[in-house]
Amino acid sequence: MFKSQALTEYIAKIDTNKCIRCKRCIQNCGWGVYSWGGDKVNIDTNKCVKCLRCYHYCPVEAIDIVDNPTFYKRNHNWSFQHIKNIKKQAETGGIPLTGMGCDLDYPVLFDNLLLDACQVTNPSIDPLREPMELRTFLGKKPSRLDIKRDKKGKLKLKTKMTPQIELRSPFMFSPMSFGSISLNAQKVLAMAAKECGIVMNTGEGGLHEDLYPYKTNVMVQVASGRFGVNPEYLNAGVAVEIKIGQGAKPGIGGHLPGEKIPLQVAKTRMIPIGTDALSPAPQHDIYSIEDLRQLIYALKEATEYKKPISVKIATVHNVAAIASGIARAGADIIYLDGFRGGTGAAPTVIRDHMGIPIEHAVAAVDDRLREEGIRNEASIVAAGGIRSAGDAAKAIALGADACAIGTTALMTMGCTVCGKCYTGNCSWGITTQRPELTARLDPEVYGQRLMNLIRAWNHELMEILGALGVNSIESLRGSRERLRGVGLDSATLDMLGVKPAGR
Amino acid sequence: MNHDYQKDIAGCGLTGLISKKKNRLDGSHIKKSLSLMNDRGNGLGAGYAAYGIYPELPEHYAFHVMYDYSSSRMEAEELLKANYEIEKIEEMPTAPVKEITVSPLLMRYFVKPKKDKVRADLSEEDFVVKTIMQINSEVEGAYIFSSGKNMGAFKGVGNPAEIADFFKLEEYEGFTWTGHTRFPTNTPGWWGGAHPFTLLDWSIVHNGEISSYGINKRYLEMFGYKLTLLTDTEVVAYLFDLLLRKHGLDIETACSALAAPFWKDIDKMDEGDREVYTAIRMAYGSALLNGPFSLLFGHKNGLVGINDRIKLRPLVAATKDDMVYMASEESAIREICAEPEHVWSPKAGEPVIVEFDK
Repeated sequence: MFKSQALTEYIAKIDTNKCIRCKRCIQNCGWGVYSWGGDKVNIDTNKCVKCLRCYHYCPVEAIDIVDNPTFYKRNHNWSFQHIKNIKKQAETGGIPLTGMGCDLDYPVLFDNLLLDACQVTNPSIDPLREPMELRTFLGKKPSRLDIKRDKKGKLKLKTKMTPQIELRSPFMFSPMSFGSISLNAQKVLAMAAKECGIVMNTGEGGLHEDLYPYKTNVMVQVASGRFGVNPEYLNAGVAVEIKIGQGAKPGIGGHLPGEKIPLQVAKTRMIPIGTDALSPAPQHDIYSIEDLRQLIYALKEATEYKKPISVKIATVHNVAAIASGIARAGADIIYLDGFRGGTGAAPTVIRDHMGIPIEHAVAAVDDRLREEGIRNEASIVAAGGIRSAGDAAKAIALGADACAIGTTALMTMGCTVCGKCYTGNCSWGITTQRPELTARLDPEVYGQRLMNLIRAWNHELMEILGALGVNSIESLRGSRERLRGVGLDSATLDMLGVKPAGR
Repeated sequence: MNHDYQKDIAGCGLTGLISKKKNRLDGSHIKKSLSLMNDRGNGLGAGYAAYGIYPELPEHYAFHVMYDYSSSRMEAEELLKANYEIEKIEEMPTAPVKEITVSPLLMRYFVKPKKDKVRADLSEEDFVVKTIMQINSEVEGAYIFSSGKNMGAFKGVGNPAEIADFFKLEEYEGFTWTGHTRFPTNTPGWWGGAHPFTLLDWSIVHNGEISSYGINKRYLEMFGYKLTLLTDTEVVAYLFDLLLRKHGLDIETACSALAAPFWKDIDKMDEGDREVYTAIRMAYGSALLNGPFSLLFGHKNGLVGINDRIKLRPLVAATKDDMVYMASEESAIREICAEPEHVWSPKAGEPVIVEFDK
């Protein structure tokens, strides 16, 4: 085999003067970059993905991972990735895969939106001294309440309320299946969700028995592969989600190769060990909106109308009309996954060129449901590109009820967004099933870190609300009056329902 | 999308009084009380609402309308004549006041919807609201600023005494009065921008800035309300209309949606109450009025005073015999009731609900 012409992106370097030959880099690298050469560490830099595991675990800071200075000749039209992918495809005839969300330079509208704050005419509120409420309920709400007083003057609720997911703050973890991520990574999500009073989502890999103790903070998913779905599973969590699509790969199914199906994954997915787990592109019993309605009600029947049903879709061009259909089909929650949303594995060409950003989608869906007078029929979850509490506040102001985070949560476990999740070699023990790698992800330790993150974001959100002069998250939700656009054209502003800064 | 509007911001002072025995008082009292708080306004807007002032035509809707142009009047009257039996059309009585140099044309109509306009799915009140929405949003330069039965709003650009004198309030007698002086911080000069805001027999005077205006507005639009005035107060008036008239909540319950109890307090309630208040917060979260306010809400059966849920604006209440007073400042009450029996500062979010004796 000849040497690939696809250029190496990174150069791993070890300062041999500093190196104490402890071999920790060899042990830590999941990619096989390092090997022992008798008196020093040998480096096969072609395998390096810059996940920085070795860098963090080198006790003497002898390691450097630098971008390959032998770059292709600079060209604004032909990017490094264009050239590299062409070389790769010429050599293999395959589809380049990738992990994580789209990393191209499309505009990020969150970075063109600014929040308001109080000055003089209305006072800001100090969240350290005054109550500041983040409690959020996801599910269908009645458009009006029927409340009567009994003879003693006590209020009686006549309206029958539908089931809700109660969140202590408007966050949840995005669906990431056991198989795509390790059981320990799922445990981190589950422990943090329970501690923070929010929910994690199983993804379509079923619910491992170790996670049943966390079921009050778990949403279970039913996707096109129907892995691990049975009545016990459906009733285990607080809600059931039907996955139609994923922001990173709208219209595309999933393929978890047999090598990543060891005993535990096989058991949880209810498939034989070592078989490929194929999730078809569409759900083969849903070819239309009326089919979706049937599945929604089949799941409601299976859960005795005690759980809200969520429908997750990738945000595509016609997202508003689709969401309206989903609400009318009986869904209690519409989960919108923007095109920047993460993935364990997707064809690069799909990830980078399909769908629309979450900012546009939330605005369009919220508008449409209001125009049709059915905004109360379903909650909106925004996902796919929420990088900070600031992004979350803006998404909520645009109309989301809550935000889901996936990549962000993985970062607390060590992820550096190297984008090689699909290889199953994750040195951080996150997107791998190799036991020697998953063992290094301690759920207790990283559960605490993820908890810290949510706690920090809660505080930030409270500071934002306080500066806005409101003391409850529902007063920010859909309140686009508190947003202004900078550097946005008038069509975009109009679409977002946001005024330009200065007006 | 209707988002590219400029919101109106104003600070203010307010006052109100009610006789529980329905003894009628002339407008001099409320004028005196409000005038004490001149420093809370800047002379760019004042107004009053009075109940029980049209005993001779108590069953007719009294439309107070301001017109900028005579063409607006023609257009609006054409619409009114097509849809209403009009008992009386008159110019509103006014007196010359030196400081008020310009005023819109002010007309008053006593009307009832034509019989065939009311249908099973459109009550008389719904029809009247529809007319108001239509004229205020579609007829250029016309604005119905009062539309209740046996009540009326009087407002304009000026300080409290000037507006009271201009509208000759001392010649009206009512059993409930509210008053408002305004401190607008941007484009003043529109008479319609002064308080009170009214819809049917409901009137609001309001001090504060609703920081949740954006979502309150969008919530109301979902129910077909057209928000034309771009002030917080309009939102308050329509929210009361929605919750009380359309959804049939009682006043106390409606207040618990607009100034909702905190979760920490709901969590401590017994199971029945917890269920009700949780449902209120879930269903009416977008109706929560957040940000500083104190407001007086007048209606045909009484008067309500309420603060935001952390009391960021002042409100004082007092009683004397069958009278109840509420105002931004205690001094405004003592100005017209030197020795009240009981004076208190209502707690944050807890409404003071006054109803007439049965």
